[in-house]
Amino acid sequence: MIEVRWHARGGQGGFTAARLLGLAASVYGNNYAQAFPSFGPERRGAPVLGFTRIDNKPITDHSQVYTCDSVVVIDETLMETVDVTKGLKDGGKILINTRLSPDSFKFKGNFKVITVDATTIAMEELGAPIANTAMLGAFAAVNDFIDLNSILQAVDKGMPESLRQTNKKAIEHAYKVIRGVE
Amino acid sequence: MINKSKSSNLDFLNGDEAVAYGAKLCRPHVIPVYPITPQTIVVERISEFVANKLMDCEYIHVESEHSAMCAAMGASLVGARAFTATSSQGLAYMHEMLHYVSGSRFPIVMMNANRTLAAPWNIFGDQRDSLAQRDTGWIQVYVENGQEALDMIIQAYAIAEDDRVYTPVMVNIDGFVNTHTYELVDIPQQNDVDEFLPPFKSKNAIDFNHPRSFCMTASTEWNMEFRYQQQQAMDNAKKVIEEVDKKFGDKFGRYYGGLVEEYRCADAEVILVGMGSIIGTSRIVVDKMRDMGLKVGLVKLRFYRPFPVEYFKGLSNRVKAMGIIDRDISFGYEGAVASDIKSALASSGFCSKVINFIAGIAGRDITKEYIEEMYNKLFGLTQGHDEKELQFIGLRW
Repeated sequence: MIEVRWHARGGQGGFTAARLLGLAASVYGNNYAQAFPSFGPERRGAPVLGFTRIDNKPITDHSQVYTCDSVVVIDETLMETVDVTKGLKDGGKILINTRLSPDSFKFKGNFKVITVDATTIAMEELGAPIANTAMLGAFAAVNDFIDLNSILQAVDKGMPESLRQTNKKAIEHAYKVIRGVE
Repeated sequence: MINKSKSSNLDFLNGDEAVAYGAKLCRPHVIPVYPITPQTIVVERISEFVANKLMDCEYIHVESEHSAMCAAMGASLVGARAFTATSSQGLAYMHEMLHYVSGSRFPIVMMNANRTLAAPWNIFGDQRDSLAQRDTGWIQVYVENGQEALDMIIQAYAIAEDDRVYTPVMVNIDGFVNTHTYELVDIPQQNDVDEFLPPFKSKNAIDFNHPRSFCMTASTEWNMEFRYQQQQAMDNAKKVIEEVDKKFGDKFGRYYGGLVEEYRCADAEVILVGMGSIIGTSRIVVDKMRDMGLKVGLVKLRFYRPFPVEYFKGLSNRVKAMGIIDRDISFGYEGAVASDIKSALASSGFCSKVINFIAGIAGRDITKEYIEEMYNKLFGLTQGHDEKELQFIGLRW
């Protein structure tokens, strides 16, 4: 089973990304999935978490996520107060929305850091600094278990119609940026 | 849990949304409802269905849960199929009306999102709310995930409206852990549900051609006979629940096992009994310990009322020790589920081999490590170790 933790602030769509990933992996991919937010009152601007579990068999675990294979940081300012590597497995991936390069980050542990300037992509494609879907596109680019097409189908199913086209562009844009770099 | 290869209409839904789809498929005529966390998404989705004309029903946004149950009862009185949903304080607030509905034999179905009760105020999950309604005369079922929640809303009407039962059903689903967790859900086709669940033809509806008294009074000369009939209906429900599960499984391909489901119990030496979302997590622990050669098993208690007393009487001969997980406590004694199971076991002399674990209160996570710890304590008991009868698991001190 693969467990993914999403770090964002309330209002940045962190849980929406977690949910779309689960939808993509299960309904449109070949897997089963589960997605849930950090339970509790939601406040705009406060640090929030989203979780996605993906497996090739039905997921019955309803306990919380304590370790993960991958973390996604949608708002890099969170790293001033939150240890985003908590519970991240050895060799795990950290995908960060930032203008900085991966070697700017010094985490304690053996992790693979990938960076993408998703906010700039979101400004270009959506006209707003909502980087959740661009980060989802970047996530698909760095993980083999989910393909871009499933993510795009998930957007068509799981987002309001007025948001679909621009967000799909943001996803494809981020995907191409990462794949181009590699 | 669904099997992808056998499903045709998959969606990625949270438990509340699954309940809303379940309710929609049952074509209730009237839905009086009041929102409360963590049930609110049910209310939101149903109101969207109605507003978008995907659902043809009288949706009443009432001013309280007490009124919600009153309105549901009024609807049932004229022969309408009624649905509502609540949680925690809302369930407590409608307590009086729960008795009215069951005593009047109105087959209403209600979803309850299990959440703890104040004070101290808290919105997170445990089962103290519904277990405190034990004696209101409602059938109570506890589900493990969103798929089972959807399926049990449909089954609940088939059970409640059966001539032999005519008793309301409360479908309990763990707050947040189930209500706010998205999973793959197979949404049954409307025509299949229509075949499984024909339109409600109430035997207790007002009919001007056959005038009867609906005054909710029964004198001392007759009141006890009404109670006797309620008990008979609950006894009948045990059989009906199994019949409905079979019929549902034959139609939709998902069988849940009736009053209880056993998981790897055949040759088990120690077993845990639990209700709700904890079951899925426990299955993983059972598999892991079985791989280590340890003979552990799991009993999913699905129906709390009617209570499967015959099943538990038989279980005492099969295992060496039993743990009962309660996400509640009856202060001054023990967990409510444990009391009922031990009562069923009393004649067997098995109660000394039972530990009652109080866990998962007010959303405290029940981890796989905690569950393994419970199994290890049960093995300790079989080896003669002293174990307290009542133990809190996961306390800070």
